[in-house]
Amino acid sequence: MKVEFKLNGQDVSVEAPPMKRLLDVLREELSATGTKEGCGEGECGACSVMMDQVLVNSCLVPISQCSGVDILTVEGLGTTEDLHPIQQSFLECGGAQCGICTPGMLMASLELLNRNPNPNEAQIREGLAGNLCRCTGYMKIFDSVKKAAEVLK
Amino acid sequence: MTLPPEKPDSPIGKAILRKEGPRKLTGQSKYIDDIEFDGLHGITVRSTIPRGKIKEIHFGKNIPWSEFTIVTAKDIPGKNYVALILQDQPFLADGVVNHPEEPILLLAHPNKYMLERARQAITIEYEKLPPIFEIEDSLKAQTKIWGEDNIFKSYLLEKGSIDSIWNQADLIIEDEYYTGAQEQLYIENNGMVAVANSEEGVTIWGSMQCPYYVHKALLPLFGLSEDKIRIIQTETGGGFGGKEEYPSMIAGHAALLAWKSGKAVKIIYDRAEDMVATTKRHPSRTRHKTAVMKDGRILGMDIQFVIDGGAYATLSSVVLSRGTIHAAGPYNIPHVRIDAKAVATNSPPHGAFRGFGAPQSIFALERHLDQIAKKLNMTPEDLRKKNFIKDGEKTATGQTINEGVSMNALLDRALKHTDFQNKRRQFSLDNANKKIKKGIGFASFMHGSGFTGSGEKYLASKVGIQVVDGGRVQVLAASTEIGQGTNTIFSQIAADALSVSPDFVEIFQPDTKYVPNSGPTVASRTTMVVGKLVQSAAIGLRQTLQKEGYIKENYREEELRQACAKYVRDNGDLKIIVEYQQPPGINWNDETYQGDAYGSYAWAIYVAEVTIDTTTWETKVDHFTALQEVGRVIHPILAAGQIEGGVAQAIGYAIYEKVRWKDGRMANGTMTNYIMPTSSDLPKIEVLFEEVPYAYGPRGAKGIGELPMDGPAPAILNAVAMATGHEIKAIPMLPEDLMRASL
Amino acid sequence: MRAFVPDYEMKTPESLNETLQLLARQPGEWKVFAGGTDLMVVFETGKLAHKKYLNINGIKELKEIAVNEEDVMIGAGCTYRQIQENPVIRQEFPMLVDAAKLTGAVAIQNRGTIGGNIANMSPAADSPPALLAYDADIILLSIKGYRVLSYKYFHQAYKQADLRPSEIIMAVRLKRNQGMTHDYYRKVGTRSAQAISKVCLAATASVSRSQRIEWVHLGIGSVAAIPLRAVRTEHFLFQKSLTPEVFNEARKTLLAEITPIDDIRSDAVYRQEVAGNLLTEFLESLKS
Repeated sequence: MKVEFKLNGQDVSVEAPPMKRLLDVLREELSATGTKEGCGEGECGACSVMMDQVLVNSCLVPISQCSGVDILTVEGLGTTEDLHPIQQSFLECGGAQCGICTPGMLMASLELLNRNPNPNEAQIREGLAGNLCRCTGYMKIFDSVKKAAEVLK
Repeated sequence: MTLPPEKPDSPIGKAILRKEGPRKLTGQSKYIDDIEFDGLHGITVRSTIPRGKIKEIHFGKNIPWSEFTIVTAKDIPGKNYVALILQDQPFLADGVVNHPEEPILLLAHPNKYMLERARQAITIEYEKLPPIFEIEDSLKAQTKIWGEDNIFKSYLLEKGSIDSIWNQADLIIEDEYYTGAQEQLYIENNGMVAVANSEEGVTIWGSMQCPYYVHKALLPLFGLSEDKIRIIQTETGGGFGGKEEYPSMIAGHAALLAWKSGKAVKIIYDRAEDMVATTKRHPSRTRHKTAVMKDGRILGMDIQFVIDGGAYATLSSVVLSRGTIHAAGPYNIPHVRIDAKAVATNSPPHGAFRGFGAPQSIFALERHLDQIAKKLNMTPEDLRKKNFIKDGEKTATGQTINEGVSMNALLDRALKHTDFQNKRRQFSLDNANKKIKKGIGFASFMHGSGFTGSGEKYLASKVGIQVVDGGRVQVLAASTEIGQGTNTIFSQIAADALSVSPDFVEIFQPDTKYVPNSGPTVASRTTMVVGKLVQSAAIGLRQTLQKEGYIKENYREEELRQACAKYVRDNGDLKIIVEYQQPPGINWNDETYQGDAYGSYAWAIYVAEVTIDTTTWETKVDHFTALQEVGRVIHPILAAGQIEGGVAQAIGYAIYEKVRWKDGRMANGTMTNYIMPTSSDLPKIEVLFEEVPYAYGPRGAKGIGELPMDGPAPAILNAVAMATGHEIKAIPMLPEDLMRASL
Repeated sequence: MRAFVPDYEMKTPESLNETLQLLARQPGEWKVFAGGTDLMVVFETGKLAHKKYLNINGIKELKEIAVNEEDVMIGAGCTYRQIQENPVIRQEFPMLVDAAKLTGAVAIQNRGTIGGNIANMSPAADSPPALLAYDADIILLSIKGYRVLSYKYFHQAYKQADLRPSEIIMAVRLKRNQGMTHDYYRKVGTRSAQAISKVCLAATASVSRSQRIEWVHLGIGSVAAIPLRAVRTEHFLFQKSLTPEVFNEARKTLLAEITPIDDIRSDAVYRQEVAGNLLTEFLESLKS
């Protein structure tokens, strides 16, 4: 089937079987490989993207439910020359080690700060609880989000 | 070759922005499954039984088999074993399987969605053979599943004469401790791409820690010469040891499919396959029998340490080695016997995981010491202080310690910083008649940096530095960036040695065609051992240019750039290769397993504060303090990140991550059912460093990658014992286990 | 990802009516698909047996929370996010908010629906115990019209419920002003978030000023083949005082009513012990 939606501000149109995962459409049909597969079960959050301004696990969304939606992925957040404040904070605070969980973690951080521009640590922990990171132990991710919150104020 | 004195503006010790950072943060870093690929997708067909003979393989109907490339052991051009230490593990089972999920067949097809269909359509008939799943059964060896006695390796380490002192002891304390398997759970699953044919050879791209291990493994598989195998590491999403040796297997599989099909082949595991089929931390069973005096002096330790290696030898002998050497800890014990064995069972081979045997034996030791203290009516800290090793004294392998580190002082600092004794007293008072109990506990330990004994000598690691067009300086090493910041650390070290900024130096992608073998990215050696070589190579570059008059003693960065460029214009190229030199005074005997096991150790005291809710028996770690002496902190954020990440994994090891086995197979092989801590579960992890520089590390740095894995589990369970009185001796300790102890 | 994707069909009906017509046409041919947070997980294992789905995630009538004087109607398509954020639910049915916040994590809560949680029929689901404790009704809809059940009769056996192939779950209805003085929700999972429950107790009670239990509702998850209303224990506690003897007997009664098992997450002994402990914790809280 044909599905049309917006990806990082651009109109896109894809031809895909209706139950193909949004994650796979992003990575294959649209070559947007910034969004990762970590588990294929909706547990790790590496596939998180923003869909109509809310965080979703793209491995759990069939493409036929994406008609007309507005998708934001890490590619739409910033570039290496022009990092988004959240990305810049992660860079300065060491919020990324191997980087594979990072795109999803950035999306989750964005959702968190959109909902709550001034989160305390408990709220940050809760907001990121669906994004597993095996490298950092989360400490520097919390620091990164706190810093981003300050910068974005 | 002399290192210039460290300048105030040196990048060493500074939290410079990570070189590799921006690309990771923008999704631009390409992991193996991100790279544009035009070829076949591959999948592995695996054994469903733990042990038996393959009788027949049936290819089901309704699958267009002619569209598939099918590879079995018969298609292997060279030898069917994964070269590592022994030659017992086949790439593909040939008539016999020895563990569930053992690879039997490989399939490839242009449409990746066809692969699982095809895999489901293959049924295999077996003649089952009796399997072994438990360490004790393996030791009994009534069924021989490997060699003559199921033993991959044994060590007997002896200091003094333990059997002569039992009757001198005031007390003899015995107990048994268990550690379970643990899944590395890197968030990026294993994946490889291969191109292979007899004219051009084999090229591999993929997620890995050790390109030269893969290189070594593919040589006998294809019977090609060294220059015909090329291994390239792509951006790797975590390893922790899980991508130390396993990548050789998946690379071999991709290459075999590529060889037969004539096309590029990509194999990417999904999480379910990665969890059940790849390596895990070795389960262990440790028996301690300890002779102690009333005043706390330990006269002797008699330790039996056994690890479960799974079906094939792989790295078990080395895991056993490290576990054995760390089994008696940072203590001065006059009489020690460590009888260590690695045994076979019919589960997928266990393998490297951060800590590599030490978390297992240190868990047993640090739990045992707390139990001894309790029996002697001493505090655990007084017992440690009575026995800590000091400079001039010998370890269990007879190594004289001379590091300038005082464990007594470290312990005092940790106790003071965490207000340990006051808290312990207060918690004890508060806990009475309460449902919610609080506890505080610690573990004291050391961890050797680099390969054991003669290991580094045998590795004979090499690092290069080269100048290319325009005076660009590149570091050539096979050490991989897998999250720990290798590229940044090497840049800092090289920049410091060259007196330039880190941006001046580039790190070449680990590609066996272009970089020398700097050894594997394991064993807490990358900064200390390989970093030292990077430093030496940089010094070599500087000296070459100085000696030949291209630069003066002092110079500006731009002058160095121009000098490099000019040198190349005049002389054709500029490449310095340095090779590992064992520091003087390291003597190790492989036969007796005696001598200087490691060039240096990092030393640590870890303190855990816990809360146990006896309504549900759930344990939460409320606060964790990690104090360690590490020689020199090269990058504060990267160093703290290593400790925090390792502590988090070890908290998982202690109280969350259970591998549930059913007939040798991991039954909970999903992220839903294998429980890794989330951001809501982990405590604040406080990291404190001390620095007593190690002369043979770059600017004094020792290794720290594995250290944080050793302390948390015993510290946590010691805290639980303090809080509840329950002595738990097996990890992971789940609420169910603590509840059972309380009934 | 093991599904053979081309085998699956998903159609998006234009309206609730069209959905019901399609379901009635050949009962069992189509199944409904809302947020997908359960179905997609099964899909990805390659084991999603049913192949034809109707996407109902855009149907407005299912996504409304209607507050009336007597009750609150929560559309089956309401997400955990909507439930957490609704001021009346937060005020009057806080256990549903607790359950919603403990289901998965943020991304799951943005997509998962209460109707899906019920329809998935897992005995370990997080919202059903709260719905049971609130004595909710469930409203089923087919082309023939509405059917209203007390939710406690909906689940019948493991993965079986009183839901006909041509029906969808339209809404759950919560009666306001039940006169409860206490509520209690506690989920015991394998970790703090992204966890399937090992035991989950939701309870409401009305306790008189003379410290007598007027009534109590107990919804308990993960200890039986279905989310359970512990009616025998409720009947025992009816009109009882808050004494240690009552609490002990209540605990015994509860343990006799539940049938916990050993599984991949926990074991029967633990579940039994903890279910009893949660009940005791709840009963103790009634003293204040």
